Amino acid sequence: MCLGVPMKIVRIDGDMVVAEVDGVQKEASIMLLGDLVAVDDYVIVHAGFAISRLDPAEAEETLQMMREVFRDEDMA
Amino acid sequence: MNYQDEFRDRALVAIMADNIRKMAARLKKPVNFMEVCGTHTMSIYQYGIRSLLPENVRLVSGPGCPVCVTPVGYVDKAIAAAADPANIVATFGDMLRVPGSQSSLMSARAGGADVRIVYSPLDAVTLAAEHPQRRVVFLGVGFETTAPTIAATILEASRRGLSNYCVLASHKTMPVPMEILTADPDLGLSGYLCPAHVSTVIGGKAYQPLAEKYGIPCVVTGFEPADVMQGIEMLLAQQLAGESKVEIQYRRAVSWEGNPKALAIMARVFVPCDAEWRGLGILPGSGLAIRPELAVFDAEKVLNLPDTPGVEQPGCRCGEVLKGKLSPLDCPLFATVCTPEAPVGACMVSSEGTCAAAFKYGERS
Repeated sequence: MCLGVPMKIVRIDGDMVVAEVDGVQKEASIMLLGDLVAVDDYVIVHAGFAISRLDPAEAEETLQMMREVFRDEDMA
Repeated sequence: MNYQDEFRDRALVAIMADNIRKMAARLKKPVNFMEVCGTHTMSIYQYGIRSLLPENVRLVSGPGCPVCVTPVGYVDKAIAAAADPANIVATFGDMLRVPGSQSSLMSARAGGADVRIVYSPLDAVTLAAEHPQRRVVFLGVGFETTAPTIAATILEASRRGLSNYCVLASHKTMPVPMEILTADPDLGLSGYLCPAHVSTVIGGKAYQPLAEKYGIPCVVTGFEPADVMQGIEMLLAQQLAGESKVEIQYRRAVSWEGNPKALAIMARVFVPCDAEWRGLGILPGSGLAIRPELAVFDAEKVLNLPDTPGVEQPGCRCGEVLKGKLSPLDCPLFATVCTPEAPVGACMVSSEGTCAAAFKYGERS
């Protein structure tokens, strides 16, 4: 039930936005985020509401950390 | 970057599987990590994550499927609301087939009750505006991810002056059951993969008291396979270093403070209350009730609903599955009497129930 989909905002109209994933467009409310979002931002959409804005820099850093290969001596 | 494909990369998962094996070789005894959230459970089964872990790193599924922990008595109330032709019951699809004491909303609908599935709770408000002569009763279930969206509908109905909209609220909040499970010596939990989207709202700080009081590592973890692997890696690192702190793996979406606007909207509409969880019983301060000043939107106050204790289905062991004490395979009903087509218990109904995930992704023996 807590499923949320990362969607890209294509249009903002007051408290509502149109967001897109895999070519599918859907309306979502940004009542829970306020004016923190802009067109081209990615947000997590849950039950028709954007609940969080995705941070590209944090995402890049997370991917960077995932690529780190541990060697035994790193963990000594 | 579309924030999805990058985190499903096999090569990344392979690197982390290798790291995890190296780290696990240094463990003095096996560890049990609980994934609290049903969406994690689903992802772990879907991507075969258990098969990538060494034997001494075990994953235990927790109580984080809202439909699964909703007590039978609540379903009975929803069916009673649907029995009145004056009402339209609006719900997320998951609730439809959950067994009540006697029947389900699905059979009520087959018997003529007006039960409608909505994608967004806002659709239920629209429904109320379109049917001024009838009352729309929305079934408010879900954790802190969903509670603010339902709170928003009550504020929206209030703003639009709709007096024919109400919510049958059974929201639950997360850190409380985790405390009960941490203290359970039978489970012997060594760390938590904390829920991803609940934490976008409540923030990493919500788990700080748990980590401090019980000395248990907590890592807020995303739902994609590479996220889950990194969450496990971070829990192992804490375990090996003898640490117990809250860390956020899912940093692209979760902050330490959470979502202040969602928290404020939730606080305007709800107050904490005691709540009944299937399998765990009544847990103090683990639910959300509609504030008395908004009683006109509270189905419990507006409708005359039965308040009798629900009757669990005979032989159903969802309660133990939800506590992580029983694997679906150890339930005698699993995949015999109880299947997704004809579910006996809620854990087989919801797509993110542990039994449904085990059934769908082939864990049969």
